[in-house]
Amino acid sequence: MAKYLLLKHYRGAPAPANDVPMDQWTQEEITAHVQYMSDFADRLEKTGEFVDGQALAPEGTFVRYDGEGRPPVTDGPFAETKDLIAGWMVIDVDSYERAVELAGELSAAPGAGGEPIHEWLELRPFLAHPPTITE
Amino acid sequence: MNEALLRGLTPGVIGVLVRRGADFAAAEDAVQDALLEAVRAWAADPPRDPKGWLITVAWNRFLDATRANTARRRREDLVEPAPESTPAVDDTLQLYFLCAHPSLTPSSAVALTLRAVGGLTTRQIAQAYLVPEATMAQRISRAKRTVSTVRFDQPGDVATVLRVLYLVFNEGYSGDIDLAAEAIRLVRQLAAAIDHPEVAGLLALMLLHHARRPSRTTPDGSLVPLAAQDRELWDTHLIAEGVAILQAALARDQLGEFQAQAAIAALHADALAAEETDWVQIVEWYDELVRLTNSPVVRLNRAVAVGEADGARAGLAALVGLESVPRYLAVAAYLHERDGDAELAARLYAEAAAKASNLAERDYLVRQAARLNSG
Repeated sequence: MAKYLLLKHYRGAPAPANDVPMDQWTQEEITAHVQYMSDFADRLEKTGEFVDGQALAPEGTFVRYDGEGRPPVTDGPFAETKDLIAGWMVIDVDSYERAVELAGELSAAPGAGGEPIHEWLELRPFLAHPPTITE
Repeated sequence: MNEALLRGLTPGVIGVLVRRGADFAAAEDAVQDALLEAVRAWAADPPRDPKGWLITVAWNRFLDATRANTARRRREDLVEPAPESTPAVDDTLQLYFLCAHPSLTPSSAVALTLRAVGGLTTRQIAQAYLVPEATMAQRISRAKRTVSTVRFDQPGDVATVLRVLYLVFNEGYSGDIDLAAEAIRLVRQLAAAIDHPEVAGLLALMLLHHARRPSRTTPDGSLVPLAAQDRELWDTHLIAEGVAILQAALARDQLGEFQAQAAIAALHADALAAEETDWVQIVEWYDELVRLTNSPVVRLNRAVAVGEADGARAGLAALVGLESVPRYLAVAAYLHERDGDAELAARLYAEAAAKASNLAERDYLVRQAARLNSG
């Protein structure tokens, strides 16, 4: 029983095999892609492994503290930022192998030509709670 | 009547419904409904016979659900003839076997056990494991489907049940529901249903570890290692109970891994101060555990004990070949520091922190590295 984050990148992951940007897909291809993602989440809920899934807008702002009594400083977005997260899914599974299997399935979402994108997803384990018995 | 007592009636009531002819999944649903109804109704008007009340309400719920389910007319046959056969084997024990059936994944077995044996609601289990309620509901109904063809009176393996209960105790997160206390309640109930030295061993192990709970973390949640724990905070009643249960189990001369683990916990509990710990005897118990399990994790823990009993060099020698075991780096760091190599220890602590699988342990390891680096 462990939770994993499946991270989808706008930028920062290696290029996928079927590397055609979404704005060049047909309407049907976009519909099929969206449907695949939603079916995938539904299926995970039915297997009792779904925790959360969210998508993020590509444009973000950097914010930092600027001292007592002053408003926070904002900056960006920075075009040169190498790593840009597009969204995530959180799963709760019995093993690392199962997490890899599910990430592989999600990466098979169809893109241009109805073919799998083979998108690289980043799989990150959650830091959990410590076990009670350690010695 | 408190909630734990109410929930303690759950397995027996499910057993009655199953013997009256309900299938396990439907019986479990009906009893869950009856438990929710009991929480609502009993506050104002507690029944004289709680179990009888639950059986009546659950049976009516089962009949309602069966009648409503017109697609399954076959079940109508079950509506009136309900002679109760006498259980050949204890119902409670059978439920434990069913909920820990080897066809279930560990997380499914844990969820099903907490609901059908523990009487917890799906929402409580979902909160305890930090997943949405809908996900937990699906996990449980899937588990029920998986075991739907298993005969209720089929004998099971106590070892699989113990592994599930160990998981609840050891990896249960803490939320509103105290899963450690719930695991102890479930092992106590199991011990009442079956006389088995490893059941006793697991109960003793849990009690001895639970006794140390107040000292295991600081108020802000930081880990306190065993050697630094305030032993005044240990619960002496739980320790005494755990030791007594363990001694009775060991006297039967059928050693198993839980008894051996409990023996190690008992030796720690026995030391009034960390430096009074009988590490030589602890190493002997680890030798038994290695013999019983041949587990690399046990060998790693044994290396720590060897380091205390025979010196850091001996501990480091016992670590050879265990490089791929989780927490190897943390143990190596500890032993190298004891051996006088603070620089290497600091580097290993930092590496161990980067590989830690939980936050409290990572923070602890980072602090150790920082302590040595600033020393």
